Amino acid sequence: MTDVAHAADRRDLAWWVDRAVQILVLAGGLSAIVFIAGIFVFITREGAGFVFDRFDFREFFFSPRWTPTSSHNPTYGALALIAGTASVTGLAMVVSVPFSLGAAVYIGEFATGRVRETLKVLVELLAAIPSVVWGFIGLSIMNPLIIQIFDVPIGLNVLNSGIILGLMAAPIMTTIAEDALKAVPDTYREAAEAMGATRWQVTFKVVLPAARNGLVAATLLGVGRGFGETMAVLMASGHSINLPTSPFDSVRALTATIAAELGETAAGSDHYQALFTLGIFLFLVTFAINFAADVFVRGGQRKHRRRGRRPAASANP
Amino acid sequence: MKTASPIRTWSTLALAVALIAACGGGSSRSVIQNKGSDTLVNVAQAWAENYAAVAPETAVAVTGGGSGTGISAMINGTVDIANSSRKMKDSEIELARGNGNEPIEFVVGFDALAVFVHPDNPLDEVSLEQLATLYGEGGDVDTWSQWGVEVPGCGSDEIVRVSRQNNSGTYVYFREAVLGDQRDFRLGSRDMHGSKDVVDLVENTPCAIGYSGLAYATDHVKMPCVRKGEDGDCVSPSVDTAIDGSYPIARPLFMYTAGEPQGAIREYIDWVLSDEGQCIIYEKGYAPRTDVDCS
Repeated sequence: MTDVAHAADRRDLAWWVDRAVQILVLAGGLSAIVFIAGIFVFITREGAGFVFDRFDFREFFFSPRWTPTSSHNPTYGALALIAGTASVTGLAMVVSVPFSLGAAVYIGEFATGRVRETLKVLVELLAAIPSVVWGFIGLSIMNPLIIQIFDVPIGLNVLNSGIILGLMAAPIMTTIAEDALKAVPDTYREAAEAMGATRWQVTFKVVLPAARNGLVAATLLGVGRGFGETMAVLMASGHSINLPTSPFDSVRALTATIAAELGETAAGSDHYQALFTLGIFLFLVTFAINFAADVFVRGGQRKHRRRGRRPAASANP
Repeated sequence: MKTASPIRTWSTLALAVALIAACGGGSSRSVIQNKGSDTLVNVAQAWAENYAAVAPETAVAVTGGGSGTGISAMINGTVDIANSSRKMKDSEIELARGNGNEPIEFVVGFDALAVFVHPDNPLDEVSLEQLATLYGEGGDVDTWSQWGVEVPGCGSDEIVRVSRQNNSGTYVYFREAVLGDQRDFRLGSRDMHGSKDVVDLVENTPCAIGYSGLAYATDHVKMPCVRKGEDGDCVSPSVDTAIDGSYPIARPLFMYTAGEPQGAIREYIDWVLSDEGQCIIYEKGYAPRTDVDCS
């Protein structure tokens, strides 16, 4: 900045525009920090009363009994909700990791020209489908399908929401994984090809190991996406407090619980604060996941940093 | 996060300012904010529309969201009238008084809570005691064969219990009327987010059983008659059986105002309780609070 000011000793319109744009952009950048801090302060303040007065560590993490509106014995066990979110997200990863990493390898290493561009656009288009539409697909298409195929009593379960969530997380993972592959310097590929390696050998033995950190980060961001998704999970999971023992059990997710109950709770009540405590928990978990992803991305960058080849893989959704 | 460009930030701000300005503009018409129960939302909408012809200078804005939502909004003083399909709890009345809003209660009608099963289900009658052992904590009924029923299309024999989210008025009333004050729901029911969702799910799931307001019934679900006690009469849910009180799980529907209603709000509530207003609730499939002649 000081360079600019010294080199061009002028105060004309362009200079002022430049200053103004800098300030505007700075405000835009800072706004992210302000919003994050504001959100964290807000949910912490709303949940604080519960965390300090009513919070029972053992009950919250080890009891599946979530009965906040019970007339004589309200309990706030979140184990079933945590298990619900974890099982759905876990299954979603089983679905989406092979798909999205496969898609990323194809787009990044094999496809060329128009095919590649078309695929990239399509993958991004997939990310644009609203989650309520996914939920609707889960509710009205997958539900009867699962009942028919597997002969189970109800199709709103871990399997249904896991598949839906997997498809929802796939585009983000594909895009980031592809960025990670792109960040591997071409000299690596050229060197491997010069040794007589085939395309697949180059990809599998050289590019994938070099991009490992970025790929892990992509997966983690997908996990974060799954953890935080609400609407589709609310509609497709069956919304039932249950410790799942098979993919055909209905479950209830943390996010869905907040969405379903917060609107109807009196502000300031124990139940309201307990929901915000769930929010704090979710926030901390997704924060940790995103942070871990960031650490992995940076680790990857350091390994093969070259001039002019800084990866774009630090994109944060 | 990176996409939060300054342009977007500023345009969002500009939009917010414009909205605030638009809302601030005074209007000569008085607007009554009416919010709450999903059970009542269709009736409330019909009342609001018909009232426009009665008193054109008053507009009624109706929102759903659930009984708890309406009551919370009334406690916080953001609505004029809260619709509720359950009585206000003592704790809620305390909260409202704490904010200086003394809740005034009006019974605007009655609703029969119907039990729904899939149309292929041969179940014709069910007792409150059976429902309690199915839905209540400590109950041990999990399969249709325990009730001596074989449901075509339900190979697993498991009863899929469909319920409502835990602060809907329907849920709370069902708990009080069927399980009793001191008993909770058994965990593991599928908790739907609206009366319509319950009916939709039961329609598509042979193994399912659920409950909701009678007005949400469709031709694609079956409603068994309900008996109270083993030797009681089995009564089918209908507006008439809700009016004469023979149907065992019919509940009052409420409107709550913050403090004794005045002016336009008072006139509106009086009209809702009049024969004209009561005939509208009757047409929508609910029982009016008194016998009215709506021919």
